[in-house]
Amino acid sequence: MSNVATFDTRTEAKIPVESPLTYSYRRSGAPAPTGKSRVVLRERPFLGHLILRGGAIVLDEAVREVLGVSLPGEPQGLVQDADGERSVQWLSPDEWLVIVPGGEEFELENRLRAALGDAHFAISNASGGQTLVELEGEAARELLMKSVIYDVHPSHFPVGKGVTTVFAKTTVILRRPAEDRWELVVRRSFADYTYRWLLDAGEEYGIGVER
Amino acid sequence: MFYIHCPYCGELREEEEFHPKGQAHIARPADPASCSDEEWGDYLFFRDNPRGIHHELWVHAVGCRKFFNITRHTVTYEILETYKMGEQPRFTAEYPEGRPSRDRVEPAPLREGVRA
Repeated sequence: MSNVATFDTRTEAKIPVESPLTYSYRRSGAPAPTGKSRVVLRERPFLGHLILRGGAIVLDEAVREVLGVSLPGEPQGLVQDADGERSVQWLSPDEWLVIVPGGEEFELENRLRAALGDAHFAISNASGGQTLVELEGEAARELLMKSVIYDVHPSHFPVGKGVTTVFAKTTVILRRPAEDRWELVVRRSFADYTYRWLLDAGEEYGIGVER
Repeated sequence: MFYIHCPYCGELREEEEFHPKGQAHIARPADPASCSDEEWGDYLFFRDNPRGIHHELWVHAVGCRKFFNITRHTVTYEILETYKMGEQPRFTAEYPEGRPSRDRVEPAPLREGVRA
């Protein structure tokens, strides 16, 4: 076990917690989905985000042992566990993003640290710094075509792929966990900008926001 | 806009995701303290400005955030190749059509820790 000091970033104290989009809902509104909505936006706040850095072989062994999924070794890879709740995404040759249900990340970090021992690696908790926005519906791809510079055609962006790319004037991690569902991992400070961009760009598809 | 092949992502990506970082293959003097002012000044400030093939350092700033090298033609702007850090270019001023494969320089092994 390494001598790194770790602490649980989730506090026990009764402090009201607000998602990064709370302010945006108040200020910009959140149109409810209707029968005519061809795309639905849904925020999945308070998930556990961990950044793993290190050699693929060492990390793969630990992630298999602790999470039960293999580390995506190929560039742009995204793997999920059986129920789709936990995912590991390739970000760069020595960097992966792990997203797990909220509250699990501290225990996961400690178990990974125990499994990795003295290996050369780094784990950082990015849960408070980013949030996950889901887009679902038949027009989700059209909406993305207006927003990101990456080619999102199914032949180029199959299920199980994820990239970091330019979204409007900011950057997002764009992933496709299922046929009709896309996920955007956005930085907390850019969440409002991204949300307002999506509402504006999605207006023609009758975008609805599920809360 | 045009596409640049990122050797780490293994695919063509928009130019917007990249930043140029100047001339590639500049070796830091092994012992800076014993350099003359001229040697140190050359290392810090002076860069080649060739007409023709030029090796450049670029970074995939939005994306994998890795540095890599590009061989570019400064007259036609054509990108002849992109290759990882630690590797040697195939296209050089000496071999503008590409180095013959038989005496192709073997890429230097990547440092442990950045190996994928």
